[in-house]
Amino acid sequence: MSVRRLAQTQPASFAFSKDTNEKIKFWLGKYPADRKQSAVIPVLWLVQKQEGWVSEPAIRAIAALLEMPVIRVLEVVTFYTMFMLEPVGKAALIQVCGTTPCMLRGAGALMDLCKKEIGAKDHLSADGLFTWQEVECLGACCNAPMAQINDYYYEDLTPETLGQIIAAFRKGETPKPGPYNGRTVSEPAGGPQTLLDESLYDGRLAKKIKKLPNTEPAA
Amino acid sequence: MVGILEDKDRIFLNLYGLRGADLESAKKRGCWNATKDMLDMGRDWVINQTKASGLRGRGGAGFSTGLKWSFMPKEVKDRPHYLVVNADESEPGTCKDREIMRHDPHLLIEGCLIASFAMQAHAAYIYLRGEYVREREVMEQAVKEAYAAKLIGKDNVHGWDFDVYIHHGAGAYICGEETALLESLEGKKGQPRLKPPFPAGAGLYGCPTTVNNVESIAVVGTILRRGSDWFAGMGRPNNTGTKLMCISGHVNKPCNVEEVMSIPLKQLLEEHCGGVIGGWKNLKAVIPGGSSVPMITAEQCETALMDFDSLRELKSGLGTAAVIVMDKSTDLVKAIARLSYFYKHESCGQCTPCREGTGWMWRVMERMVRGEAEMKEIDLLLDVTTQVEGHTICALGDAAAWPIQGLFRHFRGEVEERITNYRAGRPHVQGASLAAE
Ligand SMILES: Cc1cc2nc3c(=O)[nH]c(=O)nc-3n(C[C@H](O)[C@H](O)[C@H](O)COP(=O)(O)O)c2cc1C
Ligand code: SF4
Ligand code: FES
Repeated sequence: MSVRRLAQTQPASFAFSKDTNEKIKFWLGKYPADRKQSAVIPVLWLVQKQEGWVSEPAIRAIAALLEMPVIRVLEVVTFYTMFMLEPVGKAALIQVCGTTPCMLRGAGALMDLCKKEIGAKDHLSADGLFTWQEVECLGACCNAPMAQINDYYYEDLTPETLGQIIAAFRKGETPKPGPYNGRTVSEPAGGPQTLLDESLYDGRLAKKIKKLPNTEPAA
Repeated sequence: MVGILEDKDRIFLNLYGLRGADLESAKKRGCWNATKDMLDMGRDWVINQTKASGLRGRGGAGFSTGLKWSFMPKEVKDRPHYLVVNADESEPGTCKDREIMRHDPHLLIEGCLIASFAMQAHAAYIYLRGEYVREREVMEQAVKEAYAAKLIGKDNVHGWDFDVYIHHGAGAYICGEETALLESLEGKKGQPRLKPPFPAGAGLYGCPTTVNNVESIAVVGTILRRGSDWFAGMGRPNNTGTKLMCISGHVNKPCNVEEVMSIPLKQLLEEHCGGVIGGWKNLKAVIPGGSSVPMITAEQCETALMDFDSLRELKSGLGTAAVIVMDKSTDLVKAIARLSYFYKHESCGQCTPCREGTGWMWRVMERMVRGEAEMKEIDLLLDVTTQVEGHTICALGDAAAWPIQGLFRHFRGEVEERITNYRAGRPHVQGASLAAE
């Protein structure tokens, strides 16, 4: 378990933006009318997108909106580690995966670089631009080592490429996500060795199937 | 050709995202072809064919998918039925469902319709881990396309009213456990429920629910299209079909690949992954099924097959078929200690053996990494693993225990040596830290 608490300094108030409200409506449409609470994680996430983190007034507003006790929202926000309970870097929140498959391929060196470039982990950098964290397996282990930066995955990293990515964010740019060793996704380096049969893609698989297999009436 | 599976027998034709994920492209690859004919054959046919294919759940436990569906109530009474798709994918080493969702989302949606029809569910929720933002964007787009084309929704062309909803979490491995996932989907902390009741009796919102892994659902359309016998004809009996395998760690070319079940592990690594870094002789150990299963040695890797039975015989497991390869440069104790940290971090905290045990095991493992431990602590640690294993609400407790047991089963000597070496330089060291834990 990880222990997580709300920030000591909190803003006086919170209001949902127009855009957030629109999106909340979309999410509420997914659950039965008497099950609004189901939307609590998506709504917390939208609020974090709007503000950069989740504040105490926002938690109260969400509880009111979803008609649930404040304590239930508090429980959720402290349980799930993607919710940031204090302000994070304006340019980038860098979450380096440190779990074993990434560790085996050099996650340690990425974290050393973050320490050098940004400072201590879990703290806002002095210039307010960056926060970096070590997180658990992000489900992209074939592209290890990797990091989630803001919303997207940056994969097959080295300290050099991560350094370039950080530099770009520092300049206000958004470098492209994905692998940084020339791969497209998680195919083997050097290009796929499978799925090369072009006939799979020429449309013959879309031809009407006259009779499905195993559909003979029982004898 | 590399490996065993031929291109013509692959299910995930866009695994590497080189073609479109859109509806038009998916249809061209055969998705949504004859789906209506499948439903026209009726529920029993769908369930029986799925059973006959031998498909076993791809989420780790390997339970027969068709059989699981048959546990749902035969009649819909006062409560609606639900299908919930487990797209939480957080087991270290595992990164396959991600490729399905961002590259072949329509196979998943089609599978949802077929499975839901078989279980008389009119709605399915797909629960993605929160970090999969890109994957969620693609899924939402695909769902939108499917509605627009009237493949799903009210009065769709398939004649079974059906809604698909994309939902997401926010960073908690435990929400991959099916009942924790349901709690989370209800807007609560993701803490596993005591079973019984099982989800088929009382799941989401107290209604009959089946939870299936993304891959288990996404393969169903193709299985019914090609025939259960086609699927059952691959692999070995009880270990049939094709399977996405994720290979990470010390191979020259880590990758995701679809292969037949029961492919020799050695062939998988050598042909698909460019071999072990430094050559096969440089291999030390492999975790063959995601972080929760015990490791096997290089020697065992010579003969291991990537299937349920072969890996169980080696006291490990197929799990999610996420193969973590470790060469001779690996500090195995450190590699496992990092997993112990993972389980400590991810324990939901509701049972004492898991909450306290995972933290305790991690701290002792960290000292073992340095050698700063007493010999007799090894047996104490192993004893604690057995006190956690099987004594908790969910299998996270087992998952925390097994990697440690696997390490000592095969490499106890290395840890002993480390302890001896640490002590050699410090004749005054006592077991002082033991009591402090
Ligand atoms: C701690 C824990 C984490 C799990 N994580 C996942 C996961 O991320 N994805 C998944 O499909 N199943 C996961 N499972 C297994 C599920 O509980 C469940 O067995 C599975 O979703 C059933 O689907 P299947 O029958 O299609 O395999 C996890 C189980 C445990 C105990
Ligand atoms: S075993 Fe661990 S994760 Fe599972 S319910 Fe108990 S405390 Fe929670
Ligand atoms: S271990 Fe880093 S993505 Fe899985």
